[in-house]
Amino acid sequence: MIALVGYYEPWWIQILKSIVIFAVGLQLVPVVLLAERKLLGRFQSRYGPNRVGPFGALQPLADILKLLTKEQFRPSTSIGFLFAIAPIISIVTAVMALAIIPFGDVQDIFGTKVGLYGIDVSIGPLYLFAMSGIAFYGIMLGGWSSGSKYSFLGAMRGAAQLISYEVSQGLALVGVIITAQTLSLTGIVNAQKGMWYLIPQFMGFLIFLVASFAETNRAPFDLTEADAELVGGYNTEFGGGRFASYYFAEYLNVVVVSGIVTTVFLGGWLLPFGIDPPGWVDPFVVLGKMALITFLFIWVRATLPRLRYDQLMSFGWKVLLPLATLNALVTAILVTVTH
Amino acid sequence: MAGEERPQEEIRRAAGVPIAEGRGEGGIEGRGAVTLNLTGWSPGEDVIVVTRTPAPGPARAAWRTFVETLRGLGTTFGRFRETPTTVQYPEQKTPVYPRFRGRHKLHKFEDTGLEKCVGCSLCAAACPSDCIRVVAAENTPENRISAGERYAAVYEINLSRCIFCGYCEIACPFDAITMGHEYELSDYDRTDLIFTKEMLLAEPLERAPLRTEGE
Repeated sequence: MIALVGYYEPWWIQILKSIVIFAVGLQLVPVVLLAERKLLGRFQSRYGPNRVGPFGALQPLADILKLLTKEQFRPSTSIGFLFAIAPIISIVTAVMALAIIPFGDVQDIFGTKVGLYGIDVSIGPLYLFAMSGIAFYGIMLGGWSSGSKYSFLGAMRGAAQLISYEVSQGLALVGVIITAQTLSLTGIVNAQKGMWYLIPQFMGFLIFLVASFAETNRAPFDLTEADAELVGGYNTEFGGGRFASYYFAEYLNVVVVSGIVTTVFLGGWLLPFGIDPPGWVDPFVVLGKMALITFLFIWVRATLPRLRYDQLMSFGWKVLLPLATLNALVTAILVTVTH
Repeated sequence: MAGEERPQEEIRRAAGVPIAEGRGEGGIEGRGAVTLNLTGWSPGEDVIVVTRTPAPGPARAAWRTFVETLRGLGTTFGRFRETPTTVQYPEQKTPVYPRFRGRHKLHKFEDTGLEKCVGCSLCAAACPSDCIRVVAAENTPENRISAGERYAAVYEINLSRCIFCGYCEIACPFDAITMGHEYELSDYDRTDLIFTKEMLLAEPLERAPLRTEGE
């Protein structure tokens, strides 16, 4: 099937929807931030933040305001230019990756056809990996330009970890791409009309999920931060707004990865059992599925302790990569045989 | 080197563990002083045999990791469904036991209204952190403050030094000073933590709830 790739909307629609998606995406970050702290609290038999605002709802706002009003300092050993742009790279790539998550099918809004996504590139997953590839530079340059050994260690670990896990992540998606026969994310969603790829590509789902934990530097793979041994990893020397950028990018990455998992494995805006709601429900379906994946992220963080570094590497290369390769291979053979 | 190994060998011999041939040649029998007193003690009773399950193969290990991860997720989800155990402190206060040693109280006789403290300074003498200051004065028929001959004209406790050991309470022959249940004693100024006689005599705003029996 041919997806609506290269479908052009009027220029003003493109501007409007990019503003809307940017605004909604950025609003999701404080929500995830608060949800993480509240849920972590509940997982540990406590309440989490509940003092600032009703039910602690203003806590992320207070956190970010505190960070933004702090003094901007940098170590004398740091490399000024890189030190300043590294957090920006992190946040920009995260926001750019958000653009490809489809929140719904092409809708007819006041007589204009609008796709509920930032951009439907014909190379969706490649774009995603390009963005997460550039995001390494945010971490690596940040850690290296700090001129501190802990930051450097964290950054080097991060680089090695991200590179190892990106391979498995990409291979896990290969199975889906072969099955859907398209690289467009809306095309992948439309190909799941019969059955979500969660079921035929369950192995790929698991591999992608585990690799995503590593990609987003979340527990149990948060070795780049590893506060117990590396103080704070690559962001040790960052404070104030620059740290806020890293912090923000981390949670935005969680949002993006949940969106990708939703799109690729959970059928995007599609509902099971032939339920076909009106078009305006689509974004809420996607957000609901994203919330489930985010919950899983937080749940895993509350459960698993951090891996040792050699365990992390051997798991990535000896377990995840062969499994992902096998998955892609078996899928390819099955698709060739059945078509 | 050999001297360090002796106790080890002694334990193993007593436990019935065979010692390698040649190791004990002239060593154990020829030794004069016994470094370890083993009379009346059989190490065999204290030896704990640790049986480890054999290391699983890779497939089994992977499966076990997977299952244990799921089990861990189940455990945390169980906590998630419970009510949090947090005590919302300023609103909810943890009840204290009756024997809890909080801020001191000075007492008066209920019938006559006279102070129990006679200014003997035994509490000040008992105080390990030296935070009690007592200046005694004579009671006169016109100005009778305590039941004894003398009374405490000045009675101060520096609560920033007090360690709440309760020795003053034990030392007092008249039960004039006891440890109360008040534990919210923070203040903005150190001088505000020097409690005078009037403050200690006054009925505290009984804010600390008392733990009921069996709670």
